Amino acid sequence: MAKIKFHFLVCGGAGCQAAKSEAILKNFQDVIMERKLETEIQVIKTGCFGFCGDGPIVKMMPDNTFYTKVTPEDCAEIIEQHIVKGIKVSRLLYQDSGNHENGSGFKTRGLHKKQIRIALRNCGFINPENIEDYIARDGYQALGKVLTELTPEATIEILKKSGLRGRGGGGFPTGLKWEITRNVKADQKYVVCNADEGDPGAFMDRSVLEGDPHTVLEAMAINGYSTGADKGVVYIRAEYPLAIERLKIAMKQAREYGLLGNDILGTGFNFDIEIRYGAGAFVCGEETALIHSMEGLRGEPTVKPPFPSESGFLGKPTNVNNVETYANIPAIFLKGAEWFAGIGTEKSKGTKVFALAGKINNVGLIEVPMGITLREVIYEIGGGIKNDRKFKAVQTGGPSGGMLTEKDLDTPIDYDNLIAAGSMMGSGGMIVMDEDDCMVAMAKFYLEFTVEESCGKCSPCRIGNKRLFEMLEKVTKGQAIMEDLDKLRNLSNVIKDTSLCGLGQTSPNPVLSSMDNFYHEYLEHVGDKKCRAGNCKSLMQYIILAENCIGCTLCARNCPVDAIAGERKQAHLIDQEKCIKCGACMDKCKFNAIFIK
Amino acid sequence: MEKIKSLTDLKNLQEKLNSKTGLSNRSDNAGENIRVKVAMATCGIASGAKEVMEVFIEEFTKRNIDAVVTQTGCMGYCYAEPTVEITKPGNEPITFGYVDVKKASRIIDKYVLNNELVDGIIPVNYETIDNK
Repeated sequence: MAKIKFHFLVCGGAGCQAAKSEAILKNFQDVIMERKLETEIQVIKTGCFGFCGDGPIVKMMPDNTFYTKVTPEDCAEIIEQHIVKGIKVSRLLYQDSGNHENGSGFKTRGLHKKQIRIALRNCGFINPENIEDYIARDGYQALGKVLTELTPEATIEILKKSGLRGRGGGGFPTGLKWEITRNVKADQKYVVCNADEGDPGAFMDRSVLEGDPHTVLEAMAINGYSTGADKGVVYIRAEYPLAIERLKIAMKQAREYGLLGNDILGTGFNFDIEIRYGAGAFVCGEETALIHSMEGLRGEPTVKPPFPSESGFLGKPTNVNNVETYANIPAIFLKGAEWFAGIGTEKSKGTKVFALAGKINNVGLIEVPMGITLREVIYEIGGGIKNDRKFKAVQTGGPSGGMLTEKDLDTPIDYDNLIAAGSMMGSGGMIVMDEDDCMVAMAKFYLEFTVEESCGKCSPCRIGNKRLFEMLEKVTKGQAIMEDLDKLRNLSNVIKDTSLCGLGQTSPNPVLSSMDNFYHEYLEHVGDKKCRAGNCKSLMQYIILAENCIGCTLCARNCPVDAIAGERKQAHLIDQEKCIKCGACMDKCKFNAIFIK
Repeated sequence: MEKIKSLTDLKNLQEKLNSKTGLSNRSDNAGENIRVKVAMATCGIASGAKEVMEVFIEEFTKRNIDAVVTQTGCMGYCYAEPTVEITKPGNEPITFGYVDVKKASRIIDKYVLNNELVDGIIPVNYETIDNK
């Protein structure tokens, strides 16, 4: 058998498929058969290349030529020119705006690759249970550099210059936080890694801990050195057993190699880490509640100040940073503050990891430079909306965040722009919604979460959110009146202004944001008793179309609540009072006689 | 394991490791073995990565193929789990998505043994910190 010499990689991502990549595949096959080249050329369908704007994409291997905007009619020419004559088809070659060679491989495609992996640099590359894999990829060298070449002050200075801000959601400048902790005088200080990831749909911290646990340990040691702490604690939710297991293995190995413990790298610096488990309360991601939980107290937040940097764990100065924040730090010390500050926008430097979920084709974990637009994330990296439905909104910031809509698609994503747009960065969950999602129901979903997770300490959050939830329930059931909408807004603002901690202060955000952007949907629910997305069951009616119904009684026999009446061979009728909108009748009907109104 | 006592020791160890495994982020492919990495974060395991990894190990042993199979973390392609990256000596790593037990055997037949690709390859769509 002759050996395959060429591979054509045809993008099979949803965006390219919509642009006829199937026809391209077929045409290539036909021309290859015609020319009897099937022993030399193999055509392969691939996943999304992440440049859907230039699609359909065809990559030629082994010479790594990229053809963009290929049409089925180009196939014969590509084979004739590129394969038979050895000349690249220049009009289809990828045009890079940089100084790179035309159509060369991925590595030089500089400007057009949307993702940069800094925090995730080792995830998917190394075996997380083998410290030597990490060391082979510059692991613990940042710590070595800091301990041998830099004073604690100089270390903090570099971090400040890098512009790194907290990735847990708040966006507080990390270097400044370290400096505050450093400047407090105390006999004992602590550094804490907040791994109590709780936003629905966000899982970047889990991925970092499961894929690259040593990077967190290394960054915590750097944090300890520069703030003057010799003890670190990872506060991780008990629902992450694999992350905990890999973290434990990593800690054990780091101690064996002398990278945790006493006299690290012969510098006299001592640092060790222990693990504390969170029992699943969302509010414990808030740093004061987290610290109380670590002390064995109820996981309730307290008013700041005093900030943990001044008085935290066991009353000692405590620096709390999130997993993703830590994951960036070794890279900053290896590559330099200028390098990091060169990525991103004016006030938000570096990258952000997002968990892309919802009605999107390429569900996944992505790391993009700050300043990328939502449009690029959704339509290039995410491959567009599932089933070619229409984009409606993106929810960012989890239960504390808000909805971004069509008008925000071209806004560069960073901490400040997201707040200006009525949402927030949060920990990086990005839930994409299409026209079949009801915005009132979405707000209700998040509020239900907050009601469940409120610690109960302050009344606005404990009682206010519950009342807010009940009002939303009235809206989705079609029982609300217009005045309720004003009450919704007022109560939201009161809860925002008067709650004790971040949880309550931000919990009405999904309500306010959906009211700001989709007030017409609220009006329709209340005024017309209609849910345009067909999401709110109470507002739907299953109706039997008399002319299609032959009276087979199948629907009536399958109705779990006996809501369907009718004689055999005569049109049936659904009793709307009894109907629970389960849809069983519609599933069973073979005559398309049942529809939703 | 003897403790690493200085930054120089650490750098020496790194050098030794890289010449041995070719796992460095800089070297393209210095290793001599076929290397298979299976993405095994919680989500990968949930979608069957453990079984896939077993197939690779069993088949390589059965067919006497010299290969190193390891687990790794999440590659980020949730939509295409389980995912597997294969590096053949002298070639760029290739990531295969939607790898179930059946496809794992097919990848061995086609790509590992015959250099033929199979559908469902996931193109690398990000920059690493080395070239950015």
